[in-house]
Amino acid sequence: MDVELIINGEEKTASIPPETTLLKLLREEFYLTGAKTGCDVGDCGACTVLVDGEAVNSCLMLAGQLQGRSVETIEGLANLEDFHPLQKNFEDLGSLQCGFCGPGMILSAKQLLEENPEPTKQEIQDAIAGNLCRCTGYTKIVEAVADAAKEMREEP
Amino acid sequence: MNEIKRNQSIGVPKPLVDGPEKVSGKALYSGDFVPKNCLVGRIMRSPVAHAEIINIDIIEAQKLPGVKVIITGDETDEPFGILPIARFEFPLARDKVRYRGEPIACVVAVDVETAQAAIDVIKFEYKELPGYFKSKEAMAEGAVNLHEHRPGNIEREVDFELGEVDAGLADSDFILEETFNCAEICQVQSEPHAAIAEFDVERQFMTVRASTQVPYYDHLMLAKVLKMDESKIRMIKPFVGGGFGCRTESLNITLICALAARAARGTVRIVASREETFITHRGRPETDIDMKIGVKKNGIITAVDYTAIQRGGAYSGYGVVTILYSGGLLFGMYDLQAVRYKGLRVLTNTPPPGAMRGHGITDVRYAFESLLDKIASQLNIDPIEIRRKNYLKGPNYETLNEMFINSYGLPECIDWVEKESGWKKRKGKLGKFKGLGVGCGHYISGASKPVNWTGEPHATVHLKLDWDSSITILTGAPEIGQGSSTMATQCAAEVLGLDMSRFQILTSDSKLTPKDNGAYSSRITYMVGNATIDAAKNLRNILIEAAAKKLDADPDDVECLGEFYTAGSQDEGLTFEEVVKAALEGTGTITVSGNFDTLPESWGTKKYRGGAISGSMAYAYAAQVVEVSIDPDTAAITVEKVWAAQDVGKALNPLSVEGQIEGSVWMGMGQAISEGTEYHEGLAITNSMLDYRVPTIVESPPIEVGIIETIDPNGPFGAKEAGETSLIAFIPAFTNAVADALGVRPLDLPVTPDKLMELIENKKE
Repeated sequence: MDVELIINGEEKTASIPPETTLLKLLREEFYLTGAKTGCDVGDCGACTVLVDGEAVNSCLMLAGQLQGRSVETIEGLANLEDFHPLQKNFEDLGSLQCGFCGPGMILSAKQLLEENPEPTKQEIQDAIAGNLCRCTGYTKIVEAVADAAKEMREEP
Repeated sequence: MNEIKRNQSIGVPKPLVDGPEKVSGKALYSGDFVPKNCLVGRIMRSPVAHAEIINIDIIEAQKLPGVKVIITGDETDEPFGILPIARFEFPLARDKVRYRGEPIACVVAVDVETAQAAIDVIKFEYKELPGYFKSKEAMAEGAVNLHEHRPGNIEREVDFELGEVDAGLADSDFILEETFNCAEICQVQSEPHAAIAEFDVERQFMTVRASTQVPYYDHLMLAKVLKMDESKIRMIKPFVGGGFGCRTESLNITLICALAARAARGTVRIVASREETFITHRGRPETDIDMKIGVKKNGIITAVDYTAIQRGGAYSGYGVVTILYSGGLLFGMYDLQAVRYKGLRVLTNTPPPGAMRGHGITDVRYAFESLLDKIASQLNIDPIEIRRKNYLKGPNYETLNEMFINSYGLPECIDWVEKESGWKKRKGKLGKFKGLGVGCGHYISGASKPVNWTGEPHATVHLKLDWDSSITILTGAPEIGQGSSTMATQCAAEVLGLDMSRFQILTSDSKLTPKDNGAYSSRITYMVGNATIDAAKNLRNILIEAAAKKLDADPDDVECLGEFYTAGSQDEGLTFEEVVKAALEGTGTITVSGNFDTLPESWGTKKYRGGAISGSMAYAYAAQVVEVSIDPDTAAITVEKVWAAQDVGKALNPLSVEGQIEGSVWMGMGQAISEGTEYHEGLAITNSMLDYRVPTIVESPPIEVGIIETIDPNGPFGAKEAGETSLIAFIPAFTNAVADALGVRPLDLPVTPDKLMELIENKKE
């Protein structure tokens, strides 16, 4: 089947078998490997991308469901000049160790900050509760999201 | 000129040098290489736990369109394994299968669906044998041997007695004994195992990329099972999504992938599912511990007598080392003058565990610290005080098993957690169903005798200086997220006084970087850090020589200020670029080498067989206080707060050290509260991230980190281990807090609400 969608602001089309997941479409058709295959069944959140601004497990979504919709992946987050404040703070605060959960974690946080520019610690925790990290114990991840929120409020 | 200062990189919080790739999604992990026309490999796995292989009929499967080749155990008769004394595992099973999920064939096809369709029509004929899923079953009289050369299914029995244990027990005023069961756990690192192998038919050359902590050991095992010359293999470690020990030995997936690529005469990738990653295992074995401690009335330990039985799975892996660590590493924390240990590593029909973070000692330390806590409460001694009474008489202490302790920060760690947690004021006063507990741990900074020692230095690092005044660090040290590349860059930058932006680092590519044993036993900071310092000093000497020549000065008078070299205040000096130019005149680009060797006195003991295993150049120490509250109706435990102090010698990068300690605490918490694998007739029923209960951010407590610096005399800038010790300390601190809250003590791990409820109920009765 054919699917037309927008990925990181660019119109794309692909011819794919109907059982293709969004994750597979991104990784194997468009070589956008920032979304990771951590479990392929929706447990870990490493494949999180934004579909029309909403964080989803791309391993649980069929590519066919994306017809006419807009997908944002980690590759689309930075502009030519600079990282997104989330990326910058994740980097500066040592919020990632192995980095495998990072793209999904950052995109879940992005949805949160777009809907809630001044989240509490609890709200940050709730927003990334579906993203597993095995390295950090989450402390520095929560710090980075809070700091990015602050930065974005100050310099919108 | 007075303003010119050397750049400082050590002791300063530094973001990871590979951070930009990680936050931008550009970091490529082994499963991210998706070249066009790449074939995929899919592994067929045994449906039974123990059987003789009669036949694997691949004829029908081979006929399916899209199937390129199918390989079985016939592909190689060379076994692999991390320990030269225990190599009897084949990439694809031959003759027998010994655990459910063991690879028996690999289909190479154009896509996964085709490969799976082929697997579905492969006919596997076998004669089933009795399966043993618990240590006791495998050790029972009359049990069939999993391996003919391991009678009674004992992989290794360790027995030692150091000091007079019976006399020590007789001399004690109080003896307490308990048995503990610690569940088998898995690392559940974020990245599932993956490999991609490219076989160049014309050159008969193999290139392999794989998720590994030990590319060098992979290289050796690839050469062995492929029967290829080592020089015809290039082993590359891309970004790795965590390891925690499950990748410290060659995994069958990597070896199968290479065998498949050669058979298919092309490029093959295998990306394991999460379930397959669980099956590949190499986690922490289920361990049963029976421990007895004798103490004087004042709390001084007179003797320890204990047994540890480990369910070792179907193959040895690191098993022999694990069971030795479980004995040897009891030493070096407290002043023990009499210890008897019996360790049994048992072969069972379950996937083989390995060298998980806190290798070998975590469960034993848990038992010891639990028992010590119970003793303290029965003798009415403060749990912190009983630990103080038993401190090593050190530093500069030699244990009974000849471990040399050159820096010992346990007292400072204890002091820190006592103060910061408000222990004296709060202990016993938190109210009903709330508790505080203390626990300690220690761990090595690299094994002084590597498992595969050929006599070369323990670490070698190269620094390439080029015409553009950039320095490239070339190291085999596998960066797996622990921050080793940042650490090496900091060490080199510090010695040369340069900003870290002058450096690039290239890691773990066997054709470019010097050999390195890998990321395990917390060896990298200590060994590779020291080798990097050595290389940077050698380079600095070359630069000073060149500057002296150019300045017409004596090298002894030349001062290296990093960006500037000067031979006295009257001298105009030279910029770094000018010195580089001078240094490369006549020689061109140079590569300087640096090494590290462990000192022979750290090689451990000959007092008992295998005693050299615990030897290390330095040991890190940790103390933790954990605060819990328990819901009396559901027995749900909340970890309210953790105070975690660790003696890391010197925090080279405080940011990374904090992250390592926080991550260790959190992983220890997983083992303590919820994690454990379970099997039904050898079929693992916890092989997903939902069924295997890893904590999420919801269960994550606030962690206050105390970095204690004792400046180890031989560590790089005084540094020691930072990434494992705090995991060990959490578990007993947690169960001791639960005991404090309830007045009943959990002995078995994990402490799930159902088990805890049973304890509470039994207490009521």
